[in-house]
Amino acid sequence: MSVLLSNLEIAQHTLLEPANLSEQKLQEVLGNVLGHAVDHADLYFQSARHESWVLEDGIIKEGSYNIDYGVGVRAISGEKTGFAYSDDIILPALEHAAKAARTIALQGGKNKIQAWNRVPATRLLYDTADPLKSLPDADKIALLRQCDQEARKADPRIQQVIVSLAGVHEIILIVASDGTFNADVRPLVRLGVSVIAEENGRREQASSGGGGRYNYTTFIEQGLGLAYAREAVRQAVVNLKAIPAPAGLMPVVLGPGWPGVLLHEAIGHGLEGDFNRKGSSAFSGKIGQSVASSLCTVVDDGTLEGRRGSLNIDDEGTPTQCTTLIENGILKGYLQDKLNARLMGTHSTGNGRRESYAHITMPRMTNTYLLPGKHMPEEIIASVDKGLYAVNFGGGQVDITSGKFVFSASEAYLIEKGKITHPVKGATLIGNGPEALKHVVMLGNDLKLDTGVGTCGKEGQSVPVGVGQPTLKIDQMTVGGTER
Amino acid sequence: MNAEWRHLKELVAAVLKEAKAMGVDAAEVGIVHESGLSATVRMGVVETIEFNRDKTLGITVYRGTKKGSASTSDIHQDAIRTALEAACHIAEYTEEDPCAGLADKDLLAREIPDLDLYHPWALLPEEAVKWAKECEDSARGFDARITNSEGASVTSHIGYRVYGNTNGFLAAYPSSRHGISCTVIAKTEEGMQRDYEFTVARDPKDLESRTSIGQKAALRTLRRLGARKLKTREAPVIFEAQIAGSLLGSFIAAISGSNLYRKSSFLLDSLNQAVFPEFISIKEVPHLPKGLGSSPFDSEGVATRERNIVENGILKSYVLGSYSARKLGLQSTGNAGGVHNLMISHTNHDLPELLTEMGTGLLVTELIGQGVNIVTGDYSRGAAGFWVENGEIQYPVEEITIAGNLKEMFQRLVAIGDDVEHRSNILTGSIWVDKMTIAGD
Repeated sequence: MSVLLSNLEIAQHTLLEPANLSEQKLQEVLGNVLGHAVDHADLYFQSARHESWVLEDGIIKEGSYNIDYGVGVRAISGEKTGFAYSDDIILPALEHAAKAARTIALQGGKNKIQAWNRVPATRLLYDTADPLKSLPDADKIALLRQCDQEARKADPRIQQVIVSLAGVHEIILIVASDGTFNADVRPLVRLGVSVIAEENGRREQASSGGGGRYNYTTFIEQGLGLAYAREAVRQAVVNLKAIPAPAGLMPVVLGPGWPGVLLHEAIGHGLEGDFNRKGSSAFSGKIGQSVASSLCTVVDDGTLEGRRGSLNIDDEGTPTQCTTLIENGILKGYLQDKLNARLMGTHSTGNGRRESYAHITMPRMTNTYLLPGKHMPEEIIASVDKGLYAVNFGGGQVDITSGKFVFSASEAYLIEKGKITHPVKGATLIGNGPEALKHVVMLGNDLKLDTGVGTCGKEGQSVPVGVGQPTLKIDQMTVGGTER
Repeated sequence: MNAEWRHLKELVAAVLKEAKAMGVDAAEVGIVHESGLSATVRMGVVETIEFNRDKTLGITVYRGTKKGSASTSDIHQDAIRTALEAACHIAEYTEEDPCAGLADKDLLAREIPDLDLYHPWALLPEEAVKWAKECEDSARGFDARITNSEGASVTSHIGYRVYGNTNGFLAAYPSSRHGISCTVIAKTEEGMQRDYEFTVARDPKDLESRTSIGQKAALRTLRRLGARKLKTREAPVIFEAQIAGSLLGSFIAAISGSNLYRKSSFLLDSLNQAVFPEFISIKEVPHLPKGLGSSPFDSEGVATRERNIVENGILKSYVLGSYSARKLGLQSTGNAGGVHNLMISHTNHDLPELLTEMGTGLLVTELIGQGVNIVTGDYSRGAAGFWVENGEIQYPVEEITIAGNLKEMFQRLVAIGDDVEHRSNILTGSIWVDKMTIAGD
């Protein structure tokens, strides 16, 4: 008979019991930190096991397995944060890290630890089972091979195929002076296919992939692996015919799904609480003002089942939620962690995230998307006399202070007299965050989320995120091609 | 020596021995141990004090030419055993790959030169805070338009790297890296701008003064105020030294073994071809004392040595590790893990002279986004900088892109400045490209 353990039981068993760390001991460690002029202290225990497999040149070329394990200690005093960590989960190392973290506040203090507040998980967005064990290794290999064969048979112009499969099983436990005593068990898997097509000496590369907080069997049962392989081939072959991209201001139609990276760069980062508390964002002080056309409602939603950007609780133990950032064009709210929420006199929105125990918590996005409108995608394209239709993108970047952002198309077409004509080479699109969405003039009814490939970087920390949007038309945006 | 490092070399030897005992044909083990401190002050008060302490042990085993890898942050016996078993298990599933394996024995470093990379700094948290505060103060006090700040940071890190393999190689060396940086925000009715300045060095004595960093951060930020867009056009472009290294970074990616054997480079089959104009030479100088990219051996233990990569515009050498070298039928160039200090020849112009000679064009001081395709050389990135006429800066510009193709851009470099950027392992001056497409309004 098997007993289903709760996340908290799994985390205590994995992270605390081997080190004989009782709740009493954790209370003492936190108490020592709070013995100084510290408002808040937390401990973040983490165990992460990661594996990856790579097929290249038709053979299984590489595999790796990584174990990362440790505890981070944070002490907050006003706007000040002291942070230290240890990759040993043992009491002396924990005490040492706690002593280092509290150097932030040297005077005595009177704060008390709140009684533990164990909130039983009311909803679980993903399975706790170890995804690395969800498939025998031989079957993982077989999946890579099937993807390789699918890509090669899809088009004779395919010269090179690389398939990679990766999985992580992460167990975290958060204990904080505000009474937080919470845990999460997080699976995350990803499958990617990258191909090179060659024709008449011209070569083009393309890749496709996806994943989420589920296990490997999803790739097989839903035929996703093979679909990614065909999609990578389709994009590479399209790009073999691409002509130089246009340069200058023009109407741009963005496809549904992954092009939502627009929102992530143009809006999302600028609405993170830390930048707005400091007044360093181009969106600072703009709550209640119009920052987008009235068609636009943008949310950040960490509660979508199985999504790459979803979390049961954030890395401070706060349950994630669906936060409205922009409603009918009006700026409604920011993304908050505990520190920035407290300093701005509001509540955490469950967006406190960190790459690992060795990194400091910051407000970060989860799954950020734009709600759908009324138009058929075909109508939107038909409305453009001369412009760009961009359906796939690489990455993007934003300068949150000036508001200038870019995102780079990897599959795009010219629109001429309402019709999609030639594929064009990849080009970077550039705009100004607080202005760009004011130019959204048509919104499709085809909301789609990305396939689960997004990784967001901020101050050197990477976290998995999701984006999404329906087809949309921006009546003018600068396209960075070469053809005038 | 740092007490925590004392046993790491013996540990690597012990793990190699254990791997052999488990019946693998070959193995390599590396440990990187780093520790340090960083303090950030924002608007005159401490924002964060962070203590870093990281270690990773990585193992790769070979059964014949079948390879398996594992790593662990926990270096206790049990965890290492688990990692070793995982690597061996993986090597049962990977396939024979005749190019896989340890580096060739005769290429391994025999002597480990002292490159003067280790200068620990007994920096106390309160001193780091004081320095950061003085740095930020000098930026904030520089001009009334500097109204906000993202803070100034002082960081100090030391590290110890050990690498050994079953071909008898076992070596280690310590290094250090310290820095001061400052980012401030200026605000006028036209909007906000931010920029930053930094200094980084192996030896704290070589750091630029904190007040100078603060003042330069303020100047860099102020000069961006009032930036406007440009009309779409073609024009010459000068990449300021601080960001010019990214062009050469793309060049190195295009001549790297992993991209060449996959045929994912716009510089395939370019060896002994002219890839730059004749006035350009590029050499790798891995043993530069105190160099930020210096290393006595690469990540496979292969001896690093000085060599010309480009001579008078002609590509003389690729950038290879053992695996990609074997795939291409060549020898490793000691570049597993990357290049170690690139030096690019210059044309004896300082930046003002370059601007004068260019006359009219764009000076780019910041690039954003990834838009570089190494397979085709297509280049399109977001940019900010200054519009130049009559050899003089006219006004700041932003929200524009610059586009071209790297293969053509490299062929059409006009000049390289003597204003060499020393805070990087790519030591280049400002780079002038004769023509690119600028997209704006």
